[in-house]
Amino acid sequence: MYTDIVREYLRKDKFPSIWCPGCGHGIILGALLRAVYKLGWDKNKIVLVSGIGCSGRTPGYVDFNTLHTTHGRALAFATGIKMANPELHVIAVMGDGDAVAIGGNHFIHTARRNLDITAIVYNNSIYGMTGGQVSPTTPVGARATTAPYGCVEKPFDVVELALGSGATFVARGSSYHVPMLDNIIKEALAHKGFSVVDVITTCPTTFGRRNRLTDDPVKNLEWIKERLVPLSKWEKMSEEERKGKLPFGIFRKQELPELTELYHEMDLKVRGEK
Amino acid sequence: MEKLLSGNEAIAEGAIYAGCRFFAGYPITPSSDLAERMSFRLPQVGGRFIQMEDEIASAGAIIGASLCGIKSMTATSGPGFSLMQEHISFAAMAEVPIVIANIQRGGPSTGLPTFPSQQDMMQARWGAHGDYEAITLVPCSVEECFYLTVKAFNLSEKYRVPAFILSDEVIAHLREKVRIPEPGEIEVIDREKPRVPPEQYYPYDDSQGEVPPLAAFGSGYRYHVTGLAHDITGFPTHDPEKVGRLLKRIVDKIRNHVSEIVEYEEYMVEDADILVFSYGCTSRACKEAIQELRRDGVRVGLWRPKVIWPFPEEELKKAASGKKAVLVVEMNYKQIGYEVERILCDMRVHWMGRADGEIIPPEEIEEEVKCILTS
Repeated sequence: MYTDIVREYLRKDKFPSIWCPGCGHGIILGALLRAVYKLGWDKNKIVLVSGIGCSGRTPGYVDFNTLHTTHGRALAFATGIKMANPELHVIAVMGDGDAVAIGGNHFIHTARRNLDITAIVYNNSIYGMTGGQVSPTTPVGARATTAPYGCVEKPFDVVELALGSGATFVARGSSYHVPMLDNIIKEALAHKGFSVVDVITTCPTTFGRRNRLTDDPVKNLEWIKERLVPLSKWEKMSEEERKGKLPFGIFRKQELPELTELYHEMDLKVRGEK
Repeated sequence: MEKLLSGNEAIAEGAIYAGCRFFAGYPITPSSDLAERMSFRLPQVGGRFIQMEDEIASAGAIIGASLCGIKSMTATSGPGFSLMQEHISFAAMAEVPIVIANIQRGGPSTGLPTFPSQQDMMQARWGAHGDYEAITLVPCSVEECFYLTVKAFNLSEKYRVPAFILSDEVIAHLREKVRIPEPGEIEVIDREKPRVPPEQYYPYDDSQGEVPPLAAFGSGYRYHVTGLAHDITGFPTHDPEKVGRLLKRIVDKIRNHVSEIVEYEEYMVEDADILVFSYGCTSRACKEAIQELRRDGVRVGLWRPKVIWPFPEEELKKAASGKKAVLVVEMNYKQIGYEVERILCDMRVHWMGRADGEIIPPEEIEEEVKCILTS
């Protein structure tokens, strides 16, 4: 049944996709479309915005209003869209380098403003499209084409960054834990305010092959399974047990005034209507 | 209604008259008071103002808003204009109407934040990567800031291109009387909307003309926008024929319509032996110099473009025909001067300019004209 639903939202003539066999991006897209279906949103009122990279190709495949912007800037365009027409459901999909390297400034400020946009980070710890360069979420020691001796720098924790920047909904899911990802994205979309979903996913082609996971999609997915622990379990773990692991689940869900609503209230005051 | 306004305030008022209802910007001297005015005025007329985290975001946000059918603008100065080039290129490729006011200050780099220059003339023409055409207007008075801003929006909407207002620190903070026209008194152009049902709509369909209609996001026309080379449907393509057709149209939609876009002022040109070519604040000093020289019987006139890109080539050639010499006066180390030399290649073209933060006084221009006459 879900396959049929997903097809309803796809631009079928744009397939096959550019994504490599075994790529996790299609799994995330499926979860996103199932979440949209469950919410019953009108396709005409959804704008899907992306940056540049493998994740950036997502909008081309879905039958919404779609905008493939510049590298790192999806949230800047999304801000203009939401401000211009608050009735639209605005979703931004970004890669890890896209969201928190070149787009880091836009990421933290959109979170600070609490504009009603859902940001989904396809976090595969690598620059896939450009051939496997090290990214701000590459784990220490992992190999990349620009880290041939292993990554030296400490990575960003996208969840911590979103929490620190004031995002009112922050969650982490993965392309391994699919039913849970469906629910997390659905909650993120339904949340009024800026919501961030850090989705841990795989890039067998440029990450797996260089990091003893080969290009076998299963081995890559198992690497997610080994590292991710549910938040409830994480909270009971010792510092030692937490090493090399990441918690997943919903970290924050907070009701705070949303930006376009605040502006609307200001307008009424300015025009003497309130 | 008459108002005493600064150049920057006049740009803001012109934008609102033209229907601008979204402004996203980042503070930078000497443009900040334009953003301040918009933050005050837009909520009064049902518009939205947002101060972004940087100029890149500002330019991105106005493209997003414009895609929702809302006329949008930002304002900046040289360093910020450099940061915006990435999205100027995007707007040109995706054919999204936007307006950017660049209040020029001394450069390069941080340069002279509180002093005027005309050093971004070529950045407005060639600043971003790739082949594209944009439109640039250069006001020389506060009143012209108003009218050329309306024109910038009109041209941007009509041709689906980025349009720039290149003002400068002098005009920006000069206060002059401006007559604000009544609504409907001067033409306001809105982009063409699709006349076909959604299933027949292609955002880059050139079958009906060089500028395809643009649907607003959320209006029932679901389509794709990308900075990648695309075909008429808006989806990426590598097909050389389709890519070539797109790129050619993006430049031709302006190059084939130069005479309809350009606007210029001719002052005492008809009987002039010497033609002074100048624009923006510098042209005011030229006009004063010409008045002085005329008192001494020197036959000299001013040719002043109000639209500088696309360059009014044919119009300038016609005006310069039969003149003894042309003098280009500008506040940079020769930018438009080279363009005039290229166009009037069989004529004596002189050039004078400076870029030290000081405006060019009329006396120096008078001296230069006298030198040309005796040389």
